[in-house]
Amino acid sequence: MESYSLLRELADSWALLAMFSVFVGIVLWAFRPGSRAMHNDTANIPFRHDDKPLASVSGDPATSKEARKT
Amino acid sequence: MLNYIKLIVLGLVAIFAMIAASYARDVAYQVHAILILAVSAGLFIWTLRHTDEPAAAVAPQNEYMDGVIRAGVIATSFWGVVGFAAGTFIAFQLAFPALNFEWAEGYANFGRLRPLHTSAVIFAFGGNALIATSFYVVQRTSAARLWGGNTAWFVFWGYQLFIVLAATGYLLGGTQSKEYAEPEWYVDLWLTVVWLAYLAVFVGTIVKRKEPHIYVANWFFLSFIITVAMLHVVNNLSIPVSIWGSKSVQVFSGVQDAMVQWWYGHNAVGFFLTAGFLGMMYYFVPKQAERPVFSYKLSIIHFWALIFLYIWAGPHHLHYTALPDWASTLGMVFSIILWMPSWGGMINGLMTLSGAWDKLRTDPVIRMMVISIGFYGMSTFEGPMMSIRAVNSLSHYTDWTIGHVHSGALGWNGMITFGALYYLVPKLWNRERLYSLQLVSWHFWLATIGIVLYAASMWVTGIMEGLMWREVDADGFLVWSFADTVAAKFPMLVVRGLGGVMFVAGSLIMVYNLWMTAKAAPAVDAEAAVAHATPAE
Repeated sequence: MESYSLLRELADSWALLAMFSVFVGIVLWAFRPGSRAMHNDTANIPFRHDDKPLASVSGDPATSKEARKT
Repeated sequence: MLNYIKLIVLGLVAIFAMIAASYARDVAYQVHAILILAVSAGLFIWTLRHTDEPAAAVAPQNEYMDGVIRAGVIATSFWGVVGFAAGTFIAFQLAFPALNFEWAEGYANFGRLRPLHTSAVIFAFGGNALIATSFYVVQRTSAARLWGGNTAWFVFWGYQLFIVLAATGYLLGGTQSKEYAEPEWYVDLWLTVVWLAYLAVFVGTIVKRKEPHIYVANWFFLSFIITVAMLHVVNNLSIPVSIWGSKSVQVFSGVQDAMVQWWYGHNAVGFFLTAGFLGMMYYFVPKQAERPVFSYKLSIIHFWALIFLYIWAGPHHLHYTALPDWASTLGMVFSIILWMPSWGGMINGLMTLSGAWDKLRTDPVIRMMVISIGFYGMSTFEGPMMSIRAVNSLSHYTDWTIGHVHSGALGWNGMITFGALYYLVPKLWNRERLYSLQLVSWHFWLATIGIVLYAASMWVTGIMEGLMWREVDADGFLVWSFADTVAAKFPMLVVRGLGGVMFVAGSLIMVYNLWMTAKAAPAVDAEAAVAHATPAE
């Protein structure tokens, strides 16, 4: 099979299905149970560090939790 | 040590530019060689004077890098006014052809100035706005200083050099004649370097973030940077005719070239003018409204739906051409599906104000942001409609398309950028508030009425033109000649130009207001000022 038809065949079938499934998967993942708390937290990121970076040791969860409360 | 490498590279570039200037085969290339010579020689001397000096203090990691953002805000305002003024001038050139002055023929006629206008507003105004706001947003939402130290400054100045090379190239005829991708091969190569540095700074900052999650605005900015890199490289695959000349030949030819061009062209709209500016929306609208985005879930779906759909929409620019029907149908179908994520995003932006709608009465900045989201919804409704083949047969090649583009560009991109600038300037210059909210209101109304005049006149003239072109008499002969349509358009072209004048006037008011904010508005009180303290760059 010449490459054009091969690519066309692939695009029309498996690639299309794969991309569509990935998209549906993402949507379902967004709606998974328990995501609400995380999303609320993430949605509030813009209101936390207006003036200066978080000066914690990188990845120290205690400090970033602290900052989240303020 | 680094300075010695810099000196060697700059010296070599300067020598090469000198040789290139003398061997140059065309004016555009020669002028560019001289420009590059001047820049690299200047940088050489500057670096030389700073070599073996005591090293400057390392920038503190506990402060944001805001200097480059301040520069970006200034550049955005400057190029905005230049681009709007150029657009208004060429609008009047179309209404009054005498403005294509005899003495400037070949340099400042419509054909040369039109790409200057489009690139100035999209890449110079929009691009600087995107770079500045993305640097601001990624730092604040990652709680980390920009990665890469002075690389951010390289991105800023490198991008300005790209703009100057592109603009002078257009006036002197150095163009590869691809819409929105006019710059020739060496300018494209330079932009690629700058863009990869931009990507590195952005990704580097995200990688060292202190927040566990990546805020949605950064997803939009990141997709914009990556996609534009990919589009830019593929669409500009070309072989220079000579290393001493600006002319190059495209690798693709015929309909393939057209398809690659509009794959690029539409995604420049989709990722540069939509995804990037949505990144602005998802940060500045919540900040100005002082409430989080309406639905974070919806923003995730909005993002991925745009990513999966936009990339296929390009063929709708090529209805009724040599492009196979299946391809243009594909483009049309995906354009129409795009209605959904676009409107999902618009609803998400607007509903962020739910419970705070009263702010519309008191805060002209939020009014600006809301009308920009309104224009986003309007133009993302209009665009898919125009991509339907039957509608396109009437609208294509007419002024309707120009009206559509401008309701998106002036309404959505322009207004959201103005809103972001009004938010940023008091923050970046440590001011309590803007110099004058009344002037913001003036800007708002001038710009809004200007856009309405623009869009309305282009609808009238576009549909009229489309109907005149296709009208046949009883014997099947065309009723109108092309010149008839040109004559009939005159009043609408003048109205469009007046709309442009109002938009430029509004932007000048903004520049004055921002200038006075930085100069004269009261500073934030001392204690807070320490917290904001401008880092010594």
